[in-house]
Amino acid sequence: MPRNGTRAVTLRIGNGAGFLGDWLDAPRRLVEATRLDYLTLEYLAELTLSILARVREKDPTRGYAADFLDVLSSLIPALAAQPQLKIVTNAGGMNPLACAAAAGKILHDAGLGDTTIGVVTGDDLLGRLDELAAAGHDFAHFDTGEPLVALGKPIVSANAYLGAPPIVEALASGARIVITGRVADASLTVGPAMHEFGWRWDDWPRLAQASVAGHLIECGAQVTGGYSNTWRDLDLANVGYPIAELEADGSVTITKPDASGGAVDRRTVCEQLVYEIGDPRHYLTPDVDVDFTTVEVEEIGADRVTVRGASGQAPPDTLKVSIAYRDGYTASGQLLVIGRDAVERSRACAAIVFERLRAAGIEPEATNIECLGAGEGVPGVLAANANATEVMLRIAVRDPRREAVERFTREIAPLITGGPAGLAGYAAGRPEVRPVFAYWPARIARDAVQVRVDVRAAGDWTATPR
Amino acid sequence: MANEANTAVLGDIAHARSGDKGNHANIGVVAHGPAEYALLVTRLTADRVAEFFAPLGPARVERFELPKIAALNFVLYDVLAGGASRSLRIDTQGKLLGTAILDLELPA
Repeated sequence: MPRNGTRAVTLRIGNGAGFLGDWLDAPRRLVEATRLDYLTLEYLAELTLSILARVREKDPTRGYAADFLDVLSSLIPALAAQPQLKIVTNAGGMNPLACAAAAGKILHDAGLGDTTIGVVTGDDLLGRLDELAAAGHDFAHFDTGEPLVALGKPIVSANAYLGAPPIVEALASGARIVITGRVADASLTVGPAMHEFGWRWDDWPRLAQASVAGHLIECGAQVTGGYSNTWRDLDLANVGYPIAELEADGSVTITKPDASGGAVDRRTVCEQLVYEIGDPRHYLTPDVDVDFTTVEVEEIGADRVTVRGASGQAPPDTLKVSIAYRDGYTASGQLLVIGRDAVERSRACAAIVFERLRAAGIEPEATNIECLGAGEGVPGVLAANANATEVMLRIAVRDPRREAVERFTREIAPLITGGPAGLAGYAAGRPEVRPVFAYWPARIARDAVQVRVDVRAAGDWTATPR
Repeated sequence: MANEANTAVLGDIAHARSGDKGNHANIGVVAHGPAEYALLVTRLTADRVAEFFAPLGPARVERFELPKIAALNFVLYDVLAGGASRSLRIDTQGKLLGTAILDLELPA
């Protein structure tokens, strides 16, 4: 077990990315605007790994969150000027070693070749599924209990959610940058906290507080005023990304850089606390089973909110496993339709598409027609506007046969000359046929997962065979 | 706060945010204060939310209480028509539900 930290002063952890595709300038702005001890960068939503698995399939040197490399390049001046600054990220995706090699090259070329990079692997179970199945692991579906063997569809990714321990191990071994694949989002924050404060691994209240801090900042600007219905009052173009200030006693304050846009108040913090959770009495991470119902939130100053009272207990002896499998193909096409009868007109367009597909012998397994602008973004729930004079027609299909979906994508453009008048918006060309990755959540015994931590200087990672 | 007819639109007394877990969605509803929270606890039932989102076909709706932050969390099971990647809706991940629910009228 790594050495225990004994930090006595405030630990400042900022998060500069909440998903793969987040604002590229946010991390640089964050570290330039304030002094952080750790910058976390979170890139992996539930199905991001399946997309990255497909990238790796085509090119074995890729399959990580490539955005991280652009971000890292932008952070070179800060890394050179701020010796205390460390980075913890799950940018490794499906290929943490290749990510480290690419990151190592960037650092080496920038004259920071002695920066240590720690890489956490072992979450990727794809290559071990047969072996694990033979050992009796059935990967039963979370909701249905069905064993994975009954699925009978090609699996594209299978990743266990690792916790904070390997991050702590990497930091204790001297890593300045820690690159992981799938770890629980909150563990990106819990790892640095455990390393710095040296709490015990059964100190459930403090682990719970650190996990709440991680949960609050993991989605970036969503806790600092982003995705808010008070958007009118906020400067979101310059929104400040979040900072969690942790103390040795487990106290947590959420804030953002001075002079940045957005807000941190009771509203933004409470909204994010309940974001993407199930039973609030059991927010499960690999590190702790957190009870959110004991959490109290208090505004203590301008853009400063203290969060206290989180409680927790030992987590389950299993880890969550996120499995994605191929489930056919999908495509969606859009056309702008105007006219006093725009809704009727757009439905006529969709009818033409499907009649022509039928004539070609194709009836897709699933179809959906949306007249966006007529209240169909949340169909049947939003007030319908049958008199809309301008709607975006969106047609989507899904089918096991790629050629059926391909044919659908060719049936939209002919409407431009052969459908009703008042159509536009086809400049983007034929819609793309995309594979469907369906989601299979499961669990696995902790001791079946083989976690590895590898720490080397950036210059040494560049030579890593991938 | 509640108007003369003692009905209220949710967006007047609370704010909300939604997201996905596989094919399930959750909507966190945070009351503006303790009085508004008390109103939500009695009036914004799981049944009321299930009825409001019935067109989306949730298998069931479960409600959880977080009184210390004056919030309710609703889990809408199998409401996302397949969820991210598989759903054919524009809102594959239920992101719009949190804004949509603000139009819900609370019964007197």
